[in-house]
Amino acid sequence: MAEIEKEKLLWIYERMKLIREFEDRASKLFAQGEVPGFVHLYAGEEASGVGVAALLTDEDFITSTHRGHGHCIAKGVDVHAMMAELYGKATGACGGKGGSMHIADVDKGMLGANGIVGAGGPLACGAGLTAKVKGTDQVTICFFGDGASEQGTMHESMNLAAIWKLPVIFLCENNGYAQSTPAYYHCSAEDIADRATAYDIPGFAVDGTDVFAVYEAAEHAIARARRGEGPTLIEAKAFRYYGHFEGDNLSYFTEEERERNRQRDPISKFRERVLSRGLLTEEELNAIDERARQTIEDAAQAAKEAPYPAAEELFTDVYVSYP
Amino acid sequence: MNNRTLTFREAFNEAIRLEMRRDPLVIMMGEDIAGGAATHLQEKGEEAWGGDLGLTKGLVQEFGRDRILDTPISESAFIGAAVGAASTGLRPIAELMFVDFFGVCMDQIYNQGAKLRYMFGGKAKVPVVIETLIGAGFRAAGQHSQCLYSVFTHMPGLKTVVPSTPYNAKGLMSAAVRDDDPVIYFVHKVLLDTSGPVPEDNYVIPLGQAEIAREGTDATVVAIGRMRLFAEQAAETLAGEGIDVEIVDPLSLSPLDEKTILESVKKTHRLVVVDEDTPRCSVANDIVTLAAQQAFDYLDAPPRTVMAPHTPVPFSPVLEDLYVPGPAQIADAVRAVMA
Repeated sequence: MAEIEKEKLLWIYERMKLIREFEDRASKLFAQGEVPGFVHLYAGEEASGVGVAALLTDEDFITSTHRGHGHCIAKGVDVHAMMAELYGKATGACGGKGGSMHIADVDKGMLGANGIVGAGGPLACGAGLTAKVKGTDQVTICFFGDGASEQGTMHESMNLAAIWKLPVIFLCENNGYAQSTPAYYHCSAEDIADRATAYDIPGFAVDGTDVFAVYEAAEHAIARARRGEGPTLIEAKAFRYYGHFEGDNLSYFTEEERERNRQRDPISKFRERVLSRGLLTEEELNAIDERARQTIEDAAQAAKEAPYPAAEELFTDVYVSYP
Repeated sequence: MNNRTLTFREAFNEAIRLEMRRDPLVIMMGEDIAGGAATHLQEKGEEAWGGDLGLTKGLVQEFGRDRILDTPISESAFIGAAVGAASTGLRPIAELMFVDFFGVCMDQIYNQGAKLRYMFGGKAKVPVVIETLIGAGFRAAGQHSQCLYSVFTHMPGLKTVVPSTPYNAKGLMSAAVRDDDPVIYFVHKVLLDTSGPVPEDNYVIPLGQAEIAREGTDATVVAIGRMRLFAEQAAETLAGEGIDVEIVDPLSLSPLDEKTILESVKKTHRLVVVDEDTPRCSVANDIVTLAAQQAFDYLDAPPRTVMAPHTPVPFSPVLEDLYVPGPAQIADAVRAVMA
């Protein structure tokens, strides 16, 4: 098990709890008709986003996916701004012009959730190229799913990052399904990580519900990238509690599968681990539970009350000229 | 050397060279833009091709392989990497060898590059230039000969530029590199060996500023890219018939200099638009709409368009020559609006 200092363990737990609270709340708000649009929830995958982000600074970059809330929270995007963005409010992270699928905070190195499956790979190469050309030690994490692993963009990007030795970590979050299509059907490989061989880069498959395992793999990959030795592919095998999008009733899951997932819960797993080893106390964890619950409660309330964007915002942030 | 003459190719190359000297954040990437990366040439700091048609020749010797990057044939990856690099602080120029190849990488152009600034509420900018070869005339057949700039002009968030002379090729490239939005810069391959006066300094032609290529009083011909040269030939013919043609070259299609076009139409009362792109949903028909909506009362005749047919570009030289609009058709269209 990776050695992680106490302060960082507390941070990891808080981020995972914030994600879970945020997603559970987003699910309710969507069901109540409060939040419009397409919403894809990350609950169940907290350990991969947080396990990697624990090793990053604001100077490092991430690219994300349609299931991006967890990546945002892990990378430090303000949850008030995120919740307001889900509502399409003026106080949102993107002023209400992006929504759930396009939350971004470039100042935090979060280069955007993305509505196009596999689109983050090329963008991550670009962020890696910026670091390389400028001679910094910044790394870029490219989060993508098992579905995206079948997109040509991901294959092109891993090859490009390999030949240019870009400081990019390709972090495949395999939650077992591309929408409703299972990975054992859509993916030719048992382990997506094995595809690293084709690009002559290191590849690791890890338990994506174990934050320590993710942290350990990412630590190696990030150190390698910062040394200028190029990309790594990490596959974090996890699951998602919710459907592909809110409104998907998960009819393609079996009851056994649901039970198996509950047994793998990344947050419970973390709690058991740190308590049994005496790394953190019950009181410390409970205090975080309460703080996370309250933070998301406040964020939801503030988002609900926030104003919508002014009409003229339709025409800002893009070149417009049409009679 | 105030009256120095350069080819279009040389002027284009010089603009990139001067911008790369001016700003270390400008880099360039594309297939074979140096050529021969990782071969014996690289060790000698040399190049093989300097681009398929020699547009980037000599750049790698000056700027090195860290700033002039040969790419694999992975347009999605490297066009997207240019977008990603632009949104994280560089000012990349990416070469999409032929515009017809946009089908393999369009997502990175229009869903990513074009939309990031808007979708992120203005908190990102994407100063990327994508330059690409267009146009018929090389017997290059159906997948290497289209113009397609109307497709990109249709997309919000993209700026589109179609230079026509060595002079404006240079000034528009400098403007494109300095612009904070994605700019698609279309190079007509037949223009590469044309020559004209080009000052040595690093000047900028602002995007959205049309050029009056010829002043006249009887009819306005708006001509895009290579079509400007044919319009000038037609105007010579028509001058002999007593018809005084004004030629407006938009240079940028987005932003479009509507003011200059409308002022010309209001002066001449007649409009012909010449465009090598295909007609449906085209820039040419967009300009006709502009005149119909904003200068209808000034028009003495229905506007006309001279365009490629709504077909793929044929290979056979006989058919390709029929495909491309020429001076005779332009002159006929002007005579028709004068009648």
